[in-house]
Amino acid sequence: MARITAGVGCSHVPAIGVAMDSGITKQSYWEPVFEGFEKSREWMKAQKADVVFLVYNDHCTVFDATCIPTFALGCAPEFAPADEGWGPRPVPVVKNHQRLASHIAHSLILDEFDITIMNEMEVDHGLTVPMSVMFGDKGIDDEWPCLVIPLCVNVVQYPAPTGNRCYNLGKAIRRAVDSFDEDLNVVVFGTGGMSHQLQYKRAGLINKEWDTQFLNRLTSDHVALSQTPHIDYLREAGSEGVEMVMWHVMRGALDDDVEEIHRHYHVPASNTAVGHIILENKKDQKAKI
Amino acid sequence: MGLNKDYEDIPGTFVFDADRGREGYQLNQFCISLRKAPNREAFGADEGAYLDKYKMTEEQRQAVIDRDWNQLLELGGNIYYTSKLAANDGINFQQLAGLMTGMGNEAYRAMMIAGGRSPEGNRYQHEWDEKGEE
Repeated sequence: MARITAGVGCSHVPAIGVAMDSGITKQSYWEPVFEGFEKSREWMKAQKADVVFLVYNDHCTVFDATCIPTFALGCAPEFAPADEGWGPRPVPVVKNHQRLASHIAHSLILDEFDITIMNEMEVDHGLTVPMSVMFGDKGIDDEWPCLVIPLCVNVVQYPAPTGNRCYNLGKAIRRAVDSFDEDLNVVVFGTGGMSHQLQYKRAGLINKEWDTQFLNRLTSDHVALSQTPHIDYLREAGSEGVEMVMWHVMRGALDDDVEEIHRHYHVPASNTAVGHIILENKKDQKAKI
Repeated sequence: MGLNKDYEDIPGTFVFDADRGREGYQLNQFCISLRKAPNREAFGADEGAYLDKYKMTEEQRQAVIDRDWNQLLELGGNIYYTSKLAANDGINFQQLAGLMTGMGNEAYRAMMIAGGRSPEGNRYQHEWDEKGEE
């Protein structure tokens, strides 16, 4: 049977992708950002994930204003990196586990999550940057080491789905994966954040204290954390900080009982606080031993 | 009873809700068109002719021509859309923030390296009013 064993929370700052693509990760500005992912890459390799279920948002790249789905599940065979205005990132095409994606779509809808099904889709930095930081440099002719099922969440046009809704969607994704008949190790990524505001006169807002409490509470106070109202994200973590609701999908898909394996936090990457956490289900750790 | 827009008292911030989305629809659709190279070329060749394809207001059109980044947001633009116009001009997100905050690139970048803009005094509109910030 397929099983979800671990979760990754991770910012998806576009400039991180640009830094990797232009080979400047050793510069003093970027070095502390990437140092924090060295352990993560080792962990990711050891994890031997068959599938990454990757929760992210499109940044008005693939989805224009004609259609704004709250939750859109990638069911296409593959997803090419999109041109976001400066050419597509030179990273591999993302390959789907299409049969599992279809199974999840089916299961979610019967579980009363009325998701949108994407049979064709490109992916922007929201998806490719977390892949790059967790798997390292990969060129166009390389392949990602595992399959990826993308889930896009609307966090651009207010309101984003509530943290509670995201958390419960995570639980429904867990039920869907648990009921799939192939033996697969699935890792869930919740991406975006942490505190940042990209727009208007308050741009540049960073709230380290708020981000830290978010990371602290994710392991054992996750249910209460998922009840955080939108206004708190907007006011405390910046207008784009509301992306953090997507971390609740990841947390909802894990067991209640998890262990924090790794954490990384750094300010700044461009306009943003970079946050990262790895959580493992305790019972899957026992199974490994 | 109307919706409670409890986010309208955050200073220096536009929360892009459905009302803003409606107001900025044509403007944002224009901006996102620029993510494709052939459209960037067509826009570069003749901005006016390209803009004619979008039924935006005269004010919105002028803000595009003037590259008035804050005015674009004031008229219903969203940052992820207007950033496509900025990218077309070779301006990245951080440089754009330098322009929108009026700080300039160097001072903005220095603020970020020093830990960013503190939330202290930047949570409520009345805090800015008391400081005399617009």
